[in-house]
Amino acid sequence: MDSELSVIVAAFGYLALLFVIAAWADRRARQGRSVIASPFVYTLSIAVYCTAWTFYGSVGRAADAGPSFLLIYLGPTLAMLSGPLIIRKMVRIARAQRITSIADFISARYGKSSRLGALVALVALIGITPYIALQLKAITLSHAVLMHHPVAPSGVTSAASFLSDKSFWVALVLAVFIMLFGTRHLDASERHEGMVAAIAVESLVKLVAFLVVGLFTVFMLFDGPADLFARAAAQPQLQHALGLSAVPGGALGWIGTLLLAFLAFLTLPRQFQVLVVENVDERHLLRASWLFPLYLLIINLMVIPIALAGLLLSGTGSDPDSFVLTLPLSAGQEGLSLFVFIGGLSAATGMVIVETIALSTMVSNQLVMPVLLRATSLSRRLRGDLSGWLLGIRRIAIALILLLGYLYHALIGDAYSLVTIGLVSFAAVSQFAPALLLGLYWRGACGLGAGLGILVGIAVWSYTLLLPGFAQSGWLPMSFVEQGLYHLSWLRPYALFGLDDLDIYSHSLLWSLMANIGVLVGVSLFTHQNRLEQTQAALFTGALTEGIDTAPLWQGQTTRGALRDLLKRYLGSTATSRVLAEANATDNITSIEASVATTDGENAAAMDASASPQLIARAEQALAGALGSASARVLINSVVRGEALDMQAVLRILDSTSQTLEYNRRLEQKSRELARIGEELRGANERLRELDRLKDEFVAMVSHELRTPLTSIRAFAEILRDSQDMPEDKRAQFLEVVVLESQRLSRLIEEILDLARLESGRLTLHPKPLDLVALTRQSLAAVQHPIEERGVHLEAIIDLDEAQVVGDPDRLEQVIINLIDNAAKFAADQAPRVLLRLERHRGHIRLSVEDNGPGIAADERERVFEKFHQLAQQSPASGHTRGRPRGSGLGLPISRGIVSQLGGRLWVEDADTLDGASLIMELPDAPREMQAS
Amino acid sequence: MMAPRRTERLVVLVILAALLFTPPLILLADRPAGGLSWLAAYLFVAWALVIGLAAWLLERGPRE
Repeated sequence: MDSELSVIVAAFGYLALLFVIAAWADRRARQGRSVIASPFVYTLSIAVYCTAWTFYGSVGRAADAGPSFLLIYLGPTLAMLSGPLIIRKMVRIARAQRITSIADFISARYGKSSRLGALVALVALIGITPYIALQLKAITLSHAVLMHHPVAPSGVTSAASFLSDKSFWVALVLAVFIMLFGTRHLDASERHEGMVAAIAVESLVKLVAFLVVGLFTVFMLFDGPADLFARAAAQPQLQHALGLSAVPGGALGWIGTLLLAFLAFLTLPRQFQVLVVENVDERHLLRASWLFPLYLLIINLMVIPIALAGLLLSGTGSDPDSFVLTLPLSAGQEGLSLFVFIGGLSAATGMVIVETIALSTMVSNQLVMPVLLRATSLSRRLRGDLSGWLLGIRRIAIALILLLGYLYHALIGDAYSLVTIGLVSFAAVSQFAPALLLGLYWRGACGLGAGLGILVGIAVWSYTLLLPGFAQSGWLPMSFVEQGLYHLSWLRPYALFGLDDLDIYSHSLLWSLMANIGVLVGVSLFTHQNRLEQTQAALFTGALTEGIDTAPLWQGQTTRGALRDLLKRYLGSTATSRVLAEANATDNITSIEASVATTDGENAAAMDASASPQLIARAEQALAGALGSASARVLINSVVRGEALDMQAVLRILDSTSQTLEYNRRLEQKSRELARIGEELRGANERLRELDRLKDEFVAMVSHELRTPLTSIRAFAEILRDSQDMPEDKRAQFLEVVVLESQRLSRLIEEILDLARLESGRLTLHPKPLDLVALTRQSLAAVQHPIEERGVHLEAIIDLDEAQVVGDPDRLEQVIINLIDNAAKFAADQAPRVLLRLERHRGHIRLSVEDNGPGIAADERERVFEKFHQLAQQSPASGHTRGRPRGSGLGLPISRGIVSQLGGRLWVEDADTLDGASLIMELPDAPREMQAS
Repeated sequence: MMAPRRTERLVVLVILAALLFTPPLILLADRPAGGLSWLAAYLFVAWALVIGLAAWLLERGPRE
């Protein structure tokens, strides 16, 4: 190309156009008609991912390493597809906490740690500066190719003085652009609309330029894609160009590079800037998450055709990185070549602009400001308005970063090829991924672990990628790479521990990430987070939960005046009034105070009033937007007295308290249960004791009962034995007594056995249908004679023809006889009478036996059914009787047991007809038809 | 903003994309076709498919 002037005019004319676009977009934004509030602009701004490395380097990599260049774009495709899940969370957190950069994000996540923020900023600076240098180098190289084609451009850059190096001037123009549009607001968390608009235009330019050169190659240099591929397939040295065999590291290296690109897309400072900080509306993410992959697909469509065409037409001698330019140049298409150069320029400048803004924010907020704030003597000297200082620091940082990038490019940039630098940078920023991603989803990840993890990871990265790179540049002996440190072969940087199957990037990524994650997780599991860290961890991990108030509340004491002075000092008076006015609007503060805030008047009373927690939180947010969250925390702490207590911390404390309460409640419940069980046990014990006592009593009574007849039998038997000469009638009388007493004894034993069987449930009855009328008559016949012999008048009233019940006939007869016998015993001494009545009563057959005795008192009625009750009752009266036989006192209890086993009842009442007691037995009526069914 | 069902579908789509882009599936496509490997063509087709599915998934339904 001969006209250098036209190239210069085109290049700087293009840059001037960027200024115009940015200024226009900024003006529109001030008018409230934003041009960037669209998912398409958002997508195009994300396309800043495609740098000069994409524009020139992809073709070079496709020529060298087959389809592996696609991995650099498939990784971001995966990341962007998961954007509505991962990136949305980051956007929401960044908005709530006024995050300004990825360093700020990681620092805020781990308790607003300024040390961690500084570490991330430093690593980013080291890792990214070569990447910026790479862009400047691309500009220099492409310019050289454009000017000197077909002479190979080797040695041009290093020999040339910087004054004749176009990239120096480009860098200078960019510095001005960035200072103008990148530091427009003091609040770095606010959007740079002009910058974003310019970036979007640049993304369009590079896309169109690349497509045009691709179409030109396929359709002008060849007869369409079929022709191109047919000719390429005919070349034996291109046989394997597109296969996996051309990919370094093979299948494993494939996965490694994909992972590397995935992580780098999320952690590159410029991607964080456009994805998170510059995001206008969370909903744009939804469309961008498929639009951006589409952009990547389109820009990569032409890479393989261009690479194949370059290899076919230019031979092996020329640099594949320059095919994009040399193909149209060789065809004599100068206009097209110039357009391609502009496309490459836009790719390079877009990256430099965003990356520099991101880095300068990090440098000023994470590196410089914390030092300034800590150096108290310095900050005391800097009395007055510091807001100007802040912008100054950021601008100086921009200039220094660009200068650093330029120097790197001018002095040592020749040592690397384009792709090398890009992937080395990717591997460096990937070290942020564990702290970032684990921090988003794992509450337990702690700051110390994150910091140490990044340190260890970056150390491994240095050893496995950076130092070998230096060695290849000749600054270190190559023996270090080939034989390892101290000639230890397992320390070879490209084959650590003998692992040499992978390509160098996957190898470095594998070891550094393993070390990084290992340290992060390990340390996190064994350390405790402080309270602020816990709070922030909870806020970050729960960011997508609805209803979480992400604005932390302060529980400290300060005056509005102190806050205002602080804000004024760091943000300037306009921003301060705005913050106070906003806070007033939300707080509903009285109009007097609002007017004070807006007119900046000195109303001492209002300024002495204590600031509300919301106002303090708002002030911290405003400071965080300008200075980063760590510095903002330090500043707020300097004016707020007392404990800074966050809502989440409070909630957490409450959480643990309520847990304790819950435990307490459960303990109480348990102990109440235990007490109740204890009570029950005590009751059971009481009952057992009572039963034991009853048993003892029973045994004593039984022994007594048994001994009485036994004693008399023995006494009479002894008399009979000793008195041989006893008269016969006396002897007969005595023998009669012995027989009677023996009968009584055996009856007693029979009854005791019955009772024992009844109580243990072993008394087997043989229930069957029977007619109680017949049974009663039979019983009456059995007792009539002996009773009447005792002078008792027995009478029976049986109104029924038949009374069907279910029962054991023998036992029932025993009960009836017992009742009659019992009544006869208690009938009056004079003219004793017993009346038996059998009748039907409410579905039952009722048999009552009355006597005309003294009756039974109401409170004694149940006791007659106790065992041996009769003993206590009757013993004093045992002497005076008409010789009625003494009972055992077991008859009634046994009768009651039998009756209740048959489903009936037995109880005592006052007699109806006679004036004594009445014993009543009731059995359920069981008619014949029911028994049949 | 994201219904749970849509989130689930998106997660599955990401997993599907990751499977399509990595060995062993790409090994199936790494076959020569008249001299050149099918791999690159396969990748572009799979890529376009994934983008199409994502667009269908994310653009469908009411815009909130």
